[in-house]
Amino acid sequence: MEQNALTIDTARSSISRRETTATALAESFYSVIEKKNHSIGAYLTLSKDRALAKAGQIDDMVAKGKPLPSLAGVPVGIKDVMVTRGTRSTAGSKMLENYIPPYDCTAVVRLEEAGAVVLGKMNCDEFAMGSSNENSAYRPVHNPHDLSRVPGGSSGGSAAAVAAGMAVATLGSDTGGSIRQPASFCGVVGLMPTYGRVSRYGLIAFASSLDHIGPLTNTVKDAAIILRTIAGRDPMDSTSADLPVPDYVAELDLPVQRLRLGIPKEYFAEGLDPEVRAAVEAAIQKLAGMGCEVVPVSLPHTEYAIPTYYLVATAEASANLARFDGVRYGHRAANVRSLSDMYRRSRDEGFGAEVKRRIMLGTYALSAGYYDAYYLKAQRVRTLLTRDFEEAFKKVDAIITPTSPTAAFKLGEKADDPLSMYLADIYTVTADLVGIPGISIPCGKTKEGLPIGMQILGRHFDESTILRLAHSYEQATTT
Amino acid sequence: MKVTDQDVSYVADLANLELTSDERRRMLRDLNSILDYIDRLNQLDTTNVPPMAQVSDWFGVDEHKQGSERFDYAAREDIVEGLRKSLAPREALANAPDTDGTFFEVPKVIER
Repeated sequence: MEQNALTIDTARSSISRRETTATALAESFYSVIEKKNHSIGAYLTLSKDRALAKAGQIDDMVAKGKPLPSLAGVPVGIKDVMVTRGTRSTAGSKMLENYIPPYDCTAVVRLEEAGAVVLGKMNCDEFAMGSSNENSAYRPVHNPHDLSRVPGGSSGGSAAAVAAGMAVATLGSDTGGSIRQPASFCGVVGLMPTYGRVSRYGLIAFASSLDHIGPLTNTVKDAAIILRTIAGRDPMDSTSADLPVPDYVAELDLPVQRLRLGIPKEYFAEGLDPEVRAAVEAAIQKLAGMGCEVVPVSLPHTEYAIPTYYLVATAEASANLARFDGVRYGHRAANVRSLSDMYRRSRDEGFGAEVKRRIMLGTYALSAGYYDAYYLKAQRVRTLLTRDFEEAFKKVDAIITPTSPTAAFKLGEKADDPLSMYLADIYTVTADLVGIPGISIPCGKTKEGLPIGMQILGRHFDESTILRLAHSYEQATTT
Repeated sequence: MKVTDQDVSYVADLANLELTSDERRRMLRDLNSILDYIDRLNQLDTTNVPPMAQVSDWFGVDEHKQGSERFDYAAREDIVEGLRKSLAPREALANAPDTDGTFFEVPKVIER
């Protein structure tokens, strides 16, 4: 069976029709992983016992003729920032090299309750901090479309695995673009739901007011299936929204005619690669041809999004990462002289360069004398960015932009210049700050054959509209 | 230069990081370059703009109530056992670098 061609429905129905078993399907994915992982590096840890136990349960259900749940036997991967009981969860950091969580992330529990088979844990930038996956403390991930290039980040392993047929779907996390940007670089679908749509319980915290869990998949329908499975109130996360979960799958086929699409001029300005621009503009024309109305809009504070993001995200990170002190879990330095020496040396040895840089920036921004000038200022600009979108969404139903200003760049290209790396997120960070949902879908390739992504942003809790637009575009462009 | 060597030492101290002298040199360069870029926020007058701390402030908040009651939507019953069963001590200690089987152990804090 060709792994790349598998969707959730084809995988599930091949099991329900007894063309294969959940166990055989999992085994076949493990043999693909064994063949490809050394060159791609998408997986950090395999959870074979857990996967085969789940697959065995599904096969039992098939044998007994029981009705199968929506993800029965579907092989999935989980970004290593989500904790899995009994399976090592590193967050891509040396700090958690030997951490075996005693509990499960809610999103993972919900996938498994729906029958999904968790193959393993996906490589990522350390604590989800990065845009190229080069900040993984273990190894870089290589883009399956060109091994000399990055897969994007921070959910680089999650995106590369789906693109390389090493999982049918994966979970990623998005704090500044970490689902959508790698989806774009790897030519897959990546969905960041509204803040609060999916519980963050069990997601190792980076920036709590910006962190989101969402799916990376081969098709928009698969993203809708996964979102339907993981969304909804969780008493373990007080910020999870107590709102009904629509049937995203059923709503995919609603018509897109007369939907108004906003095109923000600030996202098509200087710095946008001409090939990316051409591909996204062609995609917009395609949607216009399907009956959507194209409306120019302005998001005037766009240029302030990256500076705002790097203050809010690092301030929250500096607080969240204070818990890594070498006492209860995580790395502890050897031969320490005192408690304070233990804290310092454990953190020095456990954290990588980018994580330290962000802890330092965040601590500086929160420190006495600078709080008002930096952190509070950024929170005020966050309000302005939110108002930009509120104004735009009075006129339009969705907003279309490129996901990233360029296609995948080379490994090492930006590794020594943090600021230029941060600018890779220029089109994605604002949605995280505002809390609205966004999806990246493939919309063509560069001359060199690298995937290009189009981003569709929607109103708070209106994943249905962006999924519907993405699905219609995908149906019109794939044969 | 906004950030000085002294600032780097002070902030590293606050963040419980030691940093090698090489790391400190890079940190000085990187923080200054990022803060220079961040300076563009000062082009904006935000005098009357309220700060936004959390997206979920916008959903379910009852503006007619006062204080923490405004966030009643996020409250739940206080259950002694918690929503999930508390971890047994053995499980809670399983990842600890050093324990005596009942407590987490750390280097001696009080010097004689």
